[in-house]
Amino acid sequence: MSLRSPRSGRASGGALRRHRGLALLFVLPALLLLGALVVYPIGYSVARSLFDASGHRFVGLDNYGTAFTDHATLTAVRNNAIWVAVAPALVTAIGLVFAVLTEKIRWATAFKLLVFMPMAISFLAAGIIFRTVYDADPHRGVLNAAAVAVHDTFNDRPTYPGAHPRPSTGLDQAQDGDVTAPTSTRVVLLPLVGVQPGALPATARTAQEPAGGDGVSGTVFLDFVPGGGHPGRLDAGKKGLPGVTVQLRDGGRTVATTTTADDGTFRFGAAPSATTSVVMPAANFAAPYRGIDWLGPAFITPAVIGAYIWIWAGFAMVIIAGGLANLPRETIEAARIDGAGEWQILRRITVPQLAPVLGVVFITMVINVMKIFDLVYIIAPGPVQQDASVLALRLYLVSFGGGNDQGLGSALSVLLLLLVVPVMLLNVRRFRGSRA
Amino acid sequence: MTTTQAAQSAPTTVPAPVPAGRPTLPLTTRLAALTRSGLVQAVLTVAAVAWLVPTVGLLVSSLRPKQVAVTGGWWTAVTEPAQLTLQNYTALLGGGDVPKALWNTVLISVPATLLTVALAAGAGYAFAWMRFPGRDAVFLGVVGLLVVPVQVGLIPVAKLEGAVGVFGTIPGVVLFHVGYGLPFAVFLMRNHFLEIPAELLEAARMDGCGEWRTFRTLALPLAAPAVASLCIFQFLWVWNDMLVALIFAGNDSQPLTVYLQSQMRQFGSNMDILAPGAFLSLLVPVVVFLCFQRFFIQGAMAGSVK
Repeated sequence: MSLRSPRSGRASGGALRRHRGLALLFVLPALLLLGALVVYPIGYSVARSLFDASGHRFVGLDNYGTAFTDHATLTAVRNNAIWVAVAPALVTAIGLVFAVLTEKIRWATAFKLLVFMPMAISFLAAGIIFRTVYDADPHRGVLNAAAVAVHDTFNDRPTYPGAHPRPSTGLDQAQDGDVTAPTSTRVVLLPLVGVQPGALPATARTAQEPAGGDGVSGTVFLDFVPGGGHPGRLDAGKKGLPGVTVQLRDGGRTVATTTTADDGTFRFGAAPSATTSVVMPAANFAAPYRGIDWLGPAFITPAVIGAYIWIWAGFAMVIIAGGLANLPRETIEAARIDGAGEWQILRRITVPQLAPVLGVVFITMVINVMKIFDLVYIIAPGPVQQDASVLALRLYLVSFGGGNDQGLGSALSVLLLLLVVPVMLLNVRRFRGSRA
Repeated sequence: MTTTQAAQSAPTTVPAPVPAGRPTLPLTTRLAALTRSGLVQAVLTVAAVAWLVPTVGLLVSSLRPKQVAVTGGWWTAVTEPAQLTLQNYTALLGGGDVPKALWNTVLISVPATLLTVALAAGAGYAFAWMRFPGRDAVFLGVVGLLVVPVQVGLIPVAKLEGAVGVFGTIPGVVLFHVGYGLPFAVFLMRNHFLEIPAELLEAARMDGCGEWRTFRTLALPLAAPAVASLCIFQFLWVWNDMLVALIFAGNDSQPLTVYLQSQMRQFGSNMDILAPGAFLSLLVPVVVFLCFQRFFIQGAMAGSVK
């Protein structure tokens, strides 16, 4: 691209003067608006940042001092740093992977359209979409529904969440949740209460006395019957609890494991001794796995970055694919003939050759990420907004969203501007360079 | 089975002859290549699903009646399609705030697009082909303004518009979008005008065309693809904006994004408004995107200098 355009050298003096007047008509409207709406605000912000909230008292650099000591603003600065460190690199890397891999499939166009589409939709719509995706309730949030499904495939679901032994019935529940019957007898009764309504399986039958005989036997039962009964005893009408995992431990070591039958009974073949005990492990009573609290304070920033990647990866992919199409193929072919693997080719040849394009994508993302606002504002629920805050969001809250301190707000906007100044200079220099 | 079918299927049992001149790869290499392509397909399929599912989820959620939506995730509707209904949409569009907000979105996006493109086309042409003092320096200034974040303008422009009396109105929102759309628009238009061969413009001037006519009848039509991609970009940018309208629009001039944002309470309570509302707001951009992908991608590539 050349900055200096060819010009018509033959125009006469009079024509040139008329020409100039006309040129003014062409550029002036745009320049006036740019001056009033973009250039003037820069100066105004710098000046305004030196005054207090009311705008009447000169406070020097106090607002900048506040920006760097105020807890909420520091959180915003820290989160901005996380964003800049993580998001541009991830977007560029994923874009590169997609661009390279789509070269090898037939449905590349469909794939590119699909991944590029989120670029067209608003941060608001994307935010609402990802609020549903990240919903902590596995019955509503698709991500946690998937997490729970996977988790429960590989782990036993707890059978009786929240159940515990009735106090003073001889059983005790340790800190770690295991329920132990300290016994060396052959027959144990394990009465439990606190089974959640509806948690009793349909197969549960009336609890039976333990079978007795050799080895250790016992019954796990719901120690509750409407209208009375005696605590800890196998009264008529009490239900057995099927599916409880029971272990026989000897000196802390598990020697046998079994599961209760529909009437709550179980049986170990091994004989009891002075050191054995019957234990119902904590896993029986644990709360069920509910996935990750994506929208909670700990995960909110990674969660919003995930949504950001969903939106921007397509952009990176398209730009990088464009660069890829312009690469000379000979070196790659030569390397392939020399026996280089695909990974080696990618790392040693493609990526170095693509470096300028990757750089452009990365820088674009860095500028973009610095002013990130809408996504955080929409996805982070009210109470978590503080934890997810970023500079642009803080600026909005401080100057408009109730804070009403436009002095501090201006200082934040000047900081935001200072962050992009290097890119501004880079752009201008690149242009000057291409002119020569 | 007929004899012809039998005859056709017979050769497949015979080992295929090795094509002359092409060396056969060892079985392990072929197997490795096969696994690799399988892996590529698998990775991209997973990615495609990950990119599709969120939007599908929103669409399905928007079609579920409120009382059903609280009982289970949207994916349960896939097995029980009878639960899907358009009642959320008819309720939203039947009256009240949403049709007005939608109309406001149009009233903001269309003028903001046309004004930006018109001003940028004129300025871009002048920067490319007309002579005036300080031209190159001023254009470098415009290049510098490319990266100024809109956040810098929020407070000062709000004050300025307040003084002029357009703050809180649709023209006020439009004005802000034009100002912050211009640097990129001017930049893009100038670069495209520069690609027009100089001889063509010279010829037009020789034939006695004035600058205005040369611009309107020659340069502008030649830069039509750039104008198209600029229109699409600016339109989508303004249509999708929430932050600017959040500050510069009054209660009567709220676009759909701001209205929906105001409806966001603690999550889950009003998905019957949010889901269809969000889907309505993304319908126009997605249709524009699908119809004009070529220009959209062009614009995105040009925007990567930002």
